[in-house]
Amino acid sequence: MPKRSNEPFLWSLFSSGGMIAALMVPVLLFLFGLAFPLGWVKAPGYGSLLKLVAHPLARLALFVVCSLSLFHGAHRFRFTLYDGLQIKHLNELIAFFCYGGALVGTALAAYILWNVP
Amino acid sequence: MKQTPAYTLYHPKWYRKRVSTWWWTEQWRSFKFILRELSSLAVIYFVCLLLWLMWSLGQGAESYAEFLAWMKEPWMIASNMIAFLFVLYHSITWFNLAPKAMPVRVGGKRLPEWMIAAPNYIVWLALSAVVAWLILAG
Repeated sequence: MPKRSNEPFLWSLFSSGGMIAALMVPVLLFLFGLAFPLGWVKAPGYGSLLKLVAHPLARLALFVVCSLSLFHGAHRFRFTLYDGLQIKHLNELIAFFCYGGALVGTALAAYILWNVP
Repeated sequence: MKQTPAYTLYHPKWYRKRVSTWWWTEQWRSFKFILRELSSLAVIYFVCLLLWLMWSLGQGAESYAEFLAWMKEPWMIASNMIAFLFVLYHSITWFNLAPKAMPVRVGGKRLPEWMIAAPNYIVWLALSAVVAWLILAG
């Protein structure tokens, strides 16, 4: 019996993560990375941001954004090394570290988001 | 004893031309491909920032103020700027690729690409506006 490939499953994580990242990351990075620090817009106060994140749906959304974006990034970076730098003999090792990193990041995201008061 | 060297069959498929590590600098098309692939690092960078922000929120108001102060460091703004450009590039290439990945047929004819890409952009703008409103209105 031929060995089943994991690639379709990994690709589905890659593509859903790519969509979520494409939709959600630019606005968040623009606000927190550029607009607030440069004073273009006033940063939200601690209380109001905490109130927003306290909502279970907001937390769930943030968790999905973090986790799927990480799997998207891991998959794409794996192939950046594979195609770009032509590192083909370390394929298994690179895959282990990429997806393993995404798994660790997902667990970390769950832990952090769970512990926001 | 007779020493006969092993005869290796001719396998054209085994012949691989060596490709330089820098193959993608030779053509603008492949350079753009690598830029797009490198956007993965910007996405991962962003997730780290987001988790840092969430962690500081969990630690208290002081920690949140420290996070905002860190973001004001010039080198932080510079790396955020670079990451933002890469992330934008990811979004645009992703939305433009959708019609190629999933062509929609109506009555046996393929819909023009912009008709599949356009809704992506509309959802993107709408969602960005909602997220910005949620964060800023509080």
